Amino acid sequence: MERILTRWLDIPDLKKLDVYLANNGYAAARKAFFDMKPEDIINEVKNSNLRGRGGAAFPTGTKWSFIPKDSKKPVYVCVNGDESEPGTFANRYQFENDPHGIIEGILITCRAVGSHTAYIYMRGEFTVQKRSIDAALAEARARGYVGKNVMGSGYDVEIWTHRGAGAYICGEESALLESLEGKRGYPRNRPPFPAIQGAFGCPTVVNNIETLSNVPHIINRGADWYKAIGPEKSPGTKLVCLSGHVNKPGLYELPMGMPIKDMIYDIGGGMLDGKTLKGVIPGGSSFPVLNKEESERAIFDFDSMRAIGSAMGSGVVIVMHEDTCMVDMLRATAHFYHHESCGQCTPCREGCGWIEKIMNEMEAGQGRIEQLDLLNNISDNMVGNTICVLADSIAMPVKSYVTKFRGEFEAHIKLGRCPFKSAEAKAQAA
Amino acid sequence: MPKLTIDGKQVEVADGVNLIQAAEKLDIEIPHYCYHPGLSIPGNCRMCLVEIEKAPKLQIACNTKVAEGMVVHTTSQKTKAAQRAVLEFLLINHPIDCPVCDQAGECKLQDYYMDYDERPSRFPLAEKNRKGKALDIGAGVMLDQERCILCARCTRFFDEVTHTSELAIFERGDHNRIEINPGQPINNKYAGNVIDICPVGALTEKDFRFRMRVWYLHRRPSVCGGCERGCSIDIHYHRGRIYRFKPRYNPDVNSYWMCDEGRHSFPELQQETRLTVPLVQQKDELVAETWAEALRRSASIIKNIGSDFGANAIGAVIGAQSTNEEAFALKKLIKDTIGSEKIAAFTWSPPNASGDDDLLIRANKNPNTRGLAALGLPPDGLESLASAVGAGQLKMLIMLRADLVRAMGEQEFMRKFGALDYLLVLSTDANETCQMANQVWPIAAYPELEGSFTNFKGRVQRLYEAFPPPGQALSAIEAIARLGRALEGVERAQSAAAIFRQMAAEEPAFKGLSLEGLGEHGRDLAG
Repeated sequence: MERILTRWLDIPDLKKLDVYLANNGYAAARKAFFDMKPEDIINEVKNSNLRGRGGAAFPTGTKWSFIPKDSKKPVYVCVNGDESEPGTFANRYQFENDPHGIIEGILITCRAVGSHTAYIYMRGEFTVQKRSIDAALAEARARGYVGKNVMGSGYDVEIWTHRGAGAYICGEESALLESLEGKRGYPRNRPPFPAIQGAFGCPTVVNNIETLSNVPHIINRGADWYKAIGPEKSPGTKLVCLSGHVNKPGLYELPMGMPIKDMIYDIGGGMLDGKTLKGVIPGGSSFPVLNKEESERAIFDFDSMRAIGSAMGSGVVIVMHEDTCMVDMLRATAHFYHHESCGQCTPCREGCGWIEKIMNEMEAGQGRIEQLDLLNNISDNMVGNTICVLADSIAMPVKSYVTKFRGEFEAHIKLGRCPFKSAEAKAQAA
Repeated sequence: MPKLTIDGKQVEVADGVNLIQAAEKLDIEIPHYCYHPGLSIPGNCRMCLVEIEKAPKLQIACNTKVAEGMVVHTTSQKTKAAQRAVLEFLLINHPIDCPVCDQAGECKLQDYYMDYDERPSRFPLAEKNRKGKALDIGAGVMLDQERCILCARCTRFFDEVTHTSELAIFERGDHNRIEINPGQPINNKYAGNVIDICPVGALTEKDFRFRMRVWYLHRRPSVCGGCERGCSIDIHYHRGRIYRFKPRYNPDVNSYWMCDEGRHSFPELQQETRLTVPLVQQKDELVAETWAEALRRSASIIKNIGSDFGANAIGAVIGAQSTNEEAFALKKLIKDTIGSEKIAAFTWSPPNASGDDDLLIRANKNPNTRGLAALGLPPDGLESLASAVGAGQLKMLIMLRADLVRAMGEQEFMRKFGALDYLLVLSTDANETCQMANQVWPIAAYPELEGSFTNFKGRVQRLYEAFPPPGQALSAIEAIARLGRALEGVERAQSAAAIFRQMAAEEPAFKGLSLEGLGEHGRDLAG
């Protein structure tokens, strides 16, 4: 398969402007600025069926079309590079290796929605990555690709980078906007949606880094070319973050719709130490876990993953083998969400901590059988009852672990300890 | 005007109204913590989740605007389950220290638990999150972070109303806590409002807490007499003592708020100096006498001075602390009964008093300045009275709620009014002017009387008698009516409502108004 988003693997120094230009760089932007009207760009992206890579899989062109055409306020483009879902590591490589691909995607997006200002919001830990994109921006600005009068088109696009302070919640688009505005990263109530009232109260498009990286290729080679990759309703390639108990974990660009089984056994070189597969966390830690049987029949695209009750999310595949303690996995997941809940909404603020406390008892073998129902019940009381989906992000995994791996929970309770930890290991840990 | 259905009942409300407000029109309560009509809508407490037909999930009523044909269920299984769930979440880390919590009895956690949950705890974990307790965060506000439900009403009040932002939420998740910045306590003149709007026992009032269980308190609507704004308030009292003032919603005067000065002004109304019996000057000392003696004495002095020097030898100074009815009754007595033209209004604000601000506080601390002006008593007649005294024309003055000595000092007072033959003072307290008087009559403070104040914008608002004045003190209108009867020998109107009727008939500014018709928000002066 041809590499599209990971061209840098084939083209050394793609992050340098000259190399990028020599490889058809900014040709799509030139086309968008000189040969296409904004609505042509939006239509092309709509026709390509490109869907958001951040997790919600919303059609990108449709999202752009929500921006009011006659807005008297400025329109902003915000690029979500917060990449904080446990298990994700795609955007960081993009920032490091293909920053101009990101910048070009932003230019085209700005042109399409009538924006002159874009903000790249990056996770707090992205120091190297910020240096990389800032260097590329400086180069692009010096050569007239960013700033006033882009490529002599008479159209201005200024692009700013902004690093967050390391909160998971700031990857949620409305919390991201609050944080960008210098406020506490609290998700906002919707409506109003960002397309009407986003950054600084103005119409705003929020797109994921990976999403926008697809745009120059679609403009260059057309919607039909793009749609031909992978399933028509969910086309393109996907940056898959393969990790866990496989022999060759890493970042892979794969066509949409590849079976997870193939990722494990072909792409990932098979299970680590030849052990047996127990389950897969697809999408990211916030999505329902898959057991062995589900993992082996799962097809990795938006709609197929939804059909089996989970999601492709942000392209995560965490593989777990037979020695993995699923109770401990859930405990660790609960710890993460307890730590990262912004605390704004009651059910999430209190529920996350409650779940972690129960999971700590459970993993230590001090749980009680009725707590399994309690876990389900707490989760039900959280799902859908909060401003953003962080509550769902812990509630859905809880329900899936408790349902699919109930036996392991019961074993912990029965034994009064974790069956995956030997008595010696336990003593060492203590 | 969209029509919608809530719990099977149809209601038609204005565009842009939210579901909590729409339900209120049907007397249906949708429970809520973070929502406050005077603040922005954060939608964080999730207590007001309701089921709306055709919506994929429950919606928060506070942030959902009414729409035509909307069908809302506030008591369905799904709604009830969500309400119970939110209460359970709120309570798992709550200390449940109701017996020692000063909010008990007016706590929305208690109330809603009784109304919407009422089941035992499913959270047997020993360890609850620990946070700060009994923190003095300034301006008389005490903070208990463990009781806090993080609804952010207080932070929003300081962000959006006072724009001082002393409070913020620190940390994250269930470690979230309301806090001031280190070393920067609350410093604004409206801090008490956050105590009012705190739905739980997180913010309590330093002066009030542990002094009275709230269920023993009675409430009476009134008007704050602290300045000429005249914020609508409720007086909270028990056995003839005021324990606190709380602001009462009035869209035309003070919205939901009041200032701290006004809030803490009630102790001045119940000091040790309150007068309880009529007094008369005998050998440079004020001694008690009965009302009968006092009235007889005053009437005969007035008659004597009138016959010796003419009606204009008798005058009155009416302080702008007086109610409309008191001022009108005394004006009538002087003008019609006695036949004098010598009347002046009097206003005075302490020299160190706060000035006008852009929220509520007014520099003029006299609550009825505008009311007196509307009765033809502008506050500039004092000098002409003083010169009449100096010229020997004015022999007797009746001073109603006018502490001139405090305002101008003893020397100045003696220079201007020292030549008076007779001074009758009607006062709530034994003040410095009383020391100069020949007679002192004890009268009711404004929480102890029926009547009205007119604020600086011309809003006439009603005062109710919360409890009777101390000892033998009378409402000033009753005292004036008795004096009139002693002078003329005929009965006079003594009730505030009757005097108001007279006032409405004779004074153009009050035309068309009545005491009963003032309602809870008051009415504007005519014209």
